[in-house]
Amino acid sequence: MIGPNGSGKTTLIKCILGLVLPDRGEVRVMDQPISKDWHYRHHIGYMPQIGRYPDQMKIGQIFDMICDLREYNNNPDEDLIKAFKLDQMRGKRMHTLSGGTRQKVSASLAFLFRPSILILDEPTAGLDPVAAEILKEKIQAEKKEDRTILITSHIMSDLDELCSHVVYLEEGKILFNDTIDLLKEETGELKLGRAIATIMQRNLKQEKV
Amino acid sequence: MIKVAKYVVYDILRNRFVLLYTALLLMITLSLFNLDSDAGKATLSLLNVILMVIPLVSIIFTTIHFFNSYEFIELMLAQPVSRKTIYFAEYFSVAMALSVAYGVGVGIPLLVLNFSESSIYLLLSGWLLTFVFVALAFLSSVATRDKAKAIGIAMMFWFYFSLIYDGFILYMIYSFSDYPLEKVTLALVSLNPIDLARIIILLKLDVSALMGYTGAFYKDFFGSFWGLTYSILFLAIWTLLPLYLALRKFVRKDI
Repeated sequence: MIGPNGSGKTTLIKCILGLVLPDRGEVRVMDQPISKDWHYRHHIGYMPQIGRYPDQMKIGQIFDMICDLREYNNNPDEDLIKAFKLDQMRGKRMHTLSGGTRQKVSASLAFLFRPSILILDEPTAGLDPVAAEILKEKIQAEKKEDRTILITSHIMSDLDELCSHVVYLEEGKILFNDTIDLLKEETGELKLGRAIATIMQRNLKQEKV
Repeated sequence: MIKVAKYVVYDILRNRFVLLYTALLLMITLSLFNLDSDAGKATLSLLNVILMVIPLVSIIFTTIHFFNSYEFIELMLAQPVSRKTIYFAEYFSVAMALSVAYGVGVGIPLLVLNFSESSIYLLLSGWLLTFVFVALAFLSSVATRDKAKAIGIAMMFWFYFSLIYDGFILYMIYSFSDYPLEKVTLALVSLNPIDLARIIILLKLDVSALMGYTGAFYKDFFGSFWGLTYSILFLAIWTLLPLYLALRKFVRKDI
């Protein structure tokens, strides 16, 4: 999912999670309306854009707490925790962490429960190149496991690698929702970034006419 | 809910404020009983201190705690946990923590030093007041996104119920002293949880004679079983109503 700043990407994600309640309309996850029943969140792993955590808790405590709350003990997916070397700093308190390390905690939490739906809000923003590559590899691996992954990002080259479909959002309205291949074909561009730019320019022209 | 509450309680115990509050209450209780040899008088002084301290501490601690737990609430809401569960876990953890502090700080020494009916009522009404003011503070915290504003609103509740409202009642009784006001003041007292708590204990302390004709009327009313039921019922309403209003707001709030 892409779109300019303030186009409503994060708000849409928050609506899906039930953090923000829509004024109109209905959100359905796996064909079930979410307004009545919160159990659907068992299937969702969420990595927020800015992960905020209780200051005084330690990294390890956060993982344990979420495992406890989700009642998920059978073989959690700790690949990312190990890859990011978070297991070596389980005793660190959240308020001492840098922005990037917080992002790593957020990413590890999202994947921990092998959810069938993953929602990643600007996953690579704030991560160093090595960590970003680790995360991208993990996303690729999960994709092969047949999971639905929703990513928002401003880095087109990342999305080009990772995604099959693209939704273009502007001012809360969907301007484009189809496969990346079709988008490239339609615009005659080879790269996602160029293709999007062409679409945007076309829209601008249409507005002027 | 117990699971979420476990983590909230853990968080509350971490910052040691509740321990400090317990120590403060314990100190007040012990020093008042040491200063005055008459247990009845000491209980009366204790009553006056407690009626100020409990609402104030409940309100400030609850509001600060709520805003400090904002990250925790955010984290919980992305998990498969319902908003109601989070809300009640937060409320009961805070209310229980403060109640335990009160029970240890005031209840135990009071029952040891002066075991009487009035002590039990003092303990009971302190607990009820804690639940009332934690609920009021939740209402003000949920109503706004700004911490300072929430504390401000919560403090207004405290000022209103412990100072302004009494002034208003006194003024009314004084201005309309030519009329029979017993029933009217009874109704007005029901609108202030602190007054309700005060009256229950004053009547049990046998100082109601000081309150003149109205006191006699109150003794007749509150001294009975029904009077007690009435005041506990009203304190319960004072807890449940703000709790319900805050829940309604919290369930629909954008985080």
